[in-house]
This record gives sequence, structure tokens and C-alpha cells, in this order.
Amino acid sequence: MSSPNSGNVGIVIVSHSSKIAEGAADMVRQMVGHAVPLAWTGGDVDGGLGTNVAGILEAIETAWSPAGVAILVDLGGAETNSEMAVEMLPEDRRARVVVCNAPVVEGAVIAATEASGGSSLAAVKRSAEEFYA
Amino acid sequence: MHDANASRATETMAPLTASAILVNEVGLHARPSVKLTQSAKRFAAAIELALAPDGPWTDAKSPVKVMRVKAPKGATLHFRVTGADGEAALAAMLALVNDGFGEA
Repeated sequence: MSSPNSGNVGIVIVSHSSKIAEGAADMVRQMVGHAVPLAWTGGDVDGGLGTNVAGILEAIETAWSPAGVAILVDLGGAETNSEMAVEMLPEDRRARVVVCNAPVVEGAVIAATEASGGSSLAAVKRSAEEFYA
Repeated sequence: MHDANASRATETMAPLTASAILVNEVGLHARPSVKLTQSAKRFAAAIELALAPDGPWTDAKSPVKVMRVKAPKGATLHFRVTGADGEAALAAMLALVNDGFGEA
């Protein structure tokens, strides 16, 4: 789930389904490698489909990097809960976490690819969002 | 990152070009695209690729753009490289393609 620390932007995957989140993380690890901090979270607190703010906060903590963290989400609640989690972060970290407007699986792979080259948080977000451009 | 240096080099150096044939089964799909862009990002040089010698050229450091090229197996991949470390960059690109991205 996590990775050794590095100066690269971290990636967090948030899906309503823990299987999707875990599977997307598997794809990132296999395709991009271990050069980026990576964490995933999925499901509500009872283990059903959904997302929960505590799980997202924990994932941000796991994937934390001084360069920031890019979050990839699937539908509605994943996005609003991720935004809520970002608001709950300490102020000095809040500005270094972004939710990307990108498809969760493709966006995660692309964001991680960009991050693995040492790109900035803004560049990582921009690259992931090229999917909708 | 290193844009200032790269663009200065762009002004003063002629681009290097070379081509290689895609030998791996899936062509330039997701996984090879990721490998190619990761390798390209290690160089300061501007690296572009195309399916024809006269373009249209695609930024080899952009994973989304490289995947959109959808180059199939057997396609000839043309590279155009500009910058101080262009020679090494070109060699790295050709080696990746010739090696089938390690999965041929």
C-alpha cells in the first residue's frame, strides 16, 4: 500500500470500491514502479461500497510527500469526501494536496508516471487531466 | 524543471533524428508508453516522436500524448531530439524500442 519515501509527488486513489482502488494501485505499481509514494482507499466504514473521510485522510498521510499529493477519485462522494479530507488537513499541508479531474484508473497511472519523473504537483495534475482535454 | 536550459539548447543546436521499428506485440500501448515517457523525462533534451519522418510530432515526455499515438507493432517510430544531452537521449529511446520495451 505504501512505498519508501521519496521527493516525488504522492498519489492517492479513492474509489467507492476497495477492489477498484486496490486494482488501480496494482496497475500503478506494475506499470510505473515504486518511485512514487502511493496509497489507496475504498469502501465505507462498514466495508460496503462508498468512501469515508477518515480512510482518505489516512491514505493522504501514507502517500505524503513534501512535493504534495495528487488524489484520483471516481464518482460524486469520492470527490466530495476527498475535498472534505483536504479541508481537514493541517493548514500547511492543505495547499499541497489536489483532487484531479481525471478518470481514476488512467489518471492514477498517468499522474504516477508524471510524478516518477520528479514533476511538480501542478504538472502531475495537468498531465492526469489531459485525459479530459 | 530544466526548461530554461532546454530551450536555450534548442535555439543553438540542430535536432538529431533517428527511427526504429516497434517490435513488441502490443505496440506503443499503455505500459510501453509509460516506460518511454519515464525514460524521456530523464533527459533535459526536447524529445519528440512521430509515425512519419515529417511528423506530426508528439512530446515523448507526455504519457497521455504518447498513448494517443496508438502506434501498432511494426510501425516505424521516428524520433526528433534537441538539446545538450540529445545524443544520449536518442540512444536511450532507440534502445527501448529495439528492445521491445523489455517485453517483446
